[in-house]
Amino acid sequence: MRLGLVIDLDTCVGCNACAVACKQWNTSGTTGPLTDYNPYGKDPSGVWFNRIRHYEVDDYPHNKTVHFPMSCMHCEDADCVTVCPTGASYKRPEDGIVLVDQDKCMGCNYCAWACPYGARELDREDGVMKKCTLCIDRIYDEQLPEEERQPACVLTCPAHARFFGDFDDPDSQVSQLSRERSGQKLMPELGYNPVNTYLPPRQTPHVEQHEVEADIPLRTKVKDWVNRAINR
Amino acid sequence: MHPAFSVIFFTVASGAGYGLFIMLTLALPTLNLDAHTALMIGIAALVLVTLGLISSVGHLANPKNAWRAFSRFRTSWLSREGVFAIVFYAPALIFLYGLYAAGDTPASLVFNVWWSLVSTVLFILALVTLFSTGMIYACLKTIRLWHTPLVPANYVAMALSSGVIVFLALSAWLGQTPSFGQINIALIIVSIALLLKWTYYFWAGRPQEATRSTINTATSFSRATVRLLDVGYTSGNFLTDEFGYQMSAHRIRSLRFVVLVLAFIVPIILLITLFANSSAPVTMTTATVAAVSAILGTFIERWLFFAEANHVVNLYHGRQSA
Repeated sequence: MRLGLVIDLDTCVGCNACAVACKQWNTSGTTGPLTDYNPYGKDPSGVWFNRIRHYEVDDYPHNKTVHFPMSCMHCEDADCVTVCPTGASYKRPEDGIVLVDQDKCMGCNYCAWACPYGARELDREDGVMKKCTLCIDRIYDEQLPEEERQPACVLTCPAHARFFGDFDDPDSQVSQLSRERSGQKLMPELGYNPVNTYLPPRQTPHVEQHEVEADIPLRTKVKDWVNRAINR
Repeated sequence: MHPAFSVIFFTVASGAGYGLFIMLTLALPTLNLDAHTALMIGIAALVLVTLGLISSVGHLANPKNAWRAFSRFRTSWLSREGVFAIVFYAPALIFLYGLYAAGDTPASLVFNVWWSLVSTVLFILALVTLFSTGMIYACLKTIRLWHTPLVPANYVAMALSSGVIVFLALSAWLGQTPSFGQINIALIIVSIALLLKWTYYFWAGRPQEATRSTINTATSFSRATVRLLDVGYTSGNFLTDEFGYQMSAHRIRSLRFVVLVLAFIVPIILLITLFANSSAPVTMTTATVAAVSAILGTFIERWLFFAEANHVVNLYHGRQSA
């Protein structure tokens, strides 16, 4: 199995609901807490497994705002695991999920240096590295109804921009979506082979736009308006 | 990258320590150093290495698990470095004990097979540890300025060069005026280190290869310009604290110049003046100034090594290329 997420950049509205749902679930979960520093102060900060950034792609008039949620890509060739000196970072052979054993982590930050996607954040209170677990304590929980055995971010997304599944299964929804919508991997040149896949925005028909005409004398404007009014 | 003082101090201090040990193993058979001086220099080297290692633990957020760092020798350069650094103590202590036991007859050591063996193991382990320290950085694909064989080469060369200069200063302080032969060897080592560091800076300043990461490859929008609108958070976090350090190109260039001058050129000039006047007091002052300059230059070099490194995660925070 190769579990991961598909994120649809066409429908993501950048509402941050996935990040909040993630924080809510995981802060009380097996890898919690996701410590907040100075939460009610001037500069609130803290640990998040999922962060959404916003970009403008291309130039006016073809520009588009793209909301970009990023969490751990659960890379197939995860350098964060190989560089870890303590063995705290590991990749599960059965489903490819990359995890941190908090009882072994010594907080050296080396795995965060090796991660190109900024998926790992040090919890300064606990002194250990924390990261997305793909909600491992949800997806295998047989107490939950089957349709709820999905990561919290996927369940909560109001735009249905997030999908969870097995990329090794060619008939899974994630495999089909990445095939049909030409799913993209981030920074493929580094060779980490990330599993999470991003669907580019769909091509939309170009909307004709007219420049507002400037410098028309007031007299002409009034005349035009009177002519239009009289015709009616 | 955030330049963490504990890591900078660790690499500079233990680098000079390993360099001193390497010089000792070389100097003892060839340059006829007296055993007391060698022992004192050896103890200083061990202190430097140990202070460095203690300091390296200082940057851990959870030091109680530091002992686990020896467990991933097969995959992690950080683990390898830790193992080599600890194994190093065995031949180092035997080496120092040998010097202590030899007393006034160091010549007896040089012809002892076991002594030569310990000395060789010490030499190799010091080099391997320095190489591993360099590879900790060089193996990271996420930082272009580190992902080059020049990085471990520089770590080894700068340890040897700071080591040999401190070696000359210490032996002058201990009443043993360096011979012209020793100064010659020092000049060769420092010049090679200068050449390597200069090569590195030259390479780092070149136009980038086509395969480098950009904000386009980072976001997968490869056929249009991409600009950051908003990072989505109002204050700094781990990612910006650790990777967000920025410096102007002008400041980087001037600091590179300062590094080359302080760490190499000033010591080289000072060492050359020793050929003209090598009386004991002059040598002591000159070698001390050279050592202070070299160590200061190495500190700035190490600080710059971190400060100018641009991690690819900065692409997500708006930088156009890394």
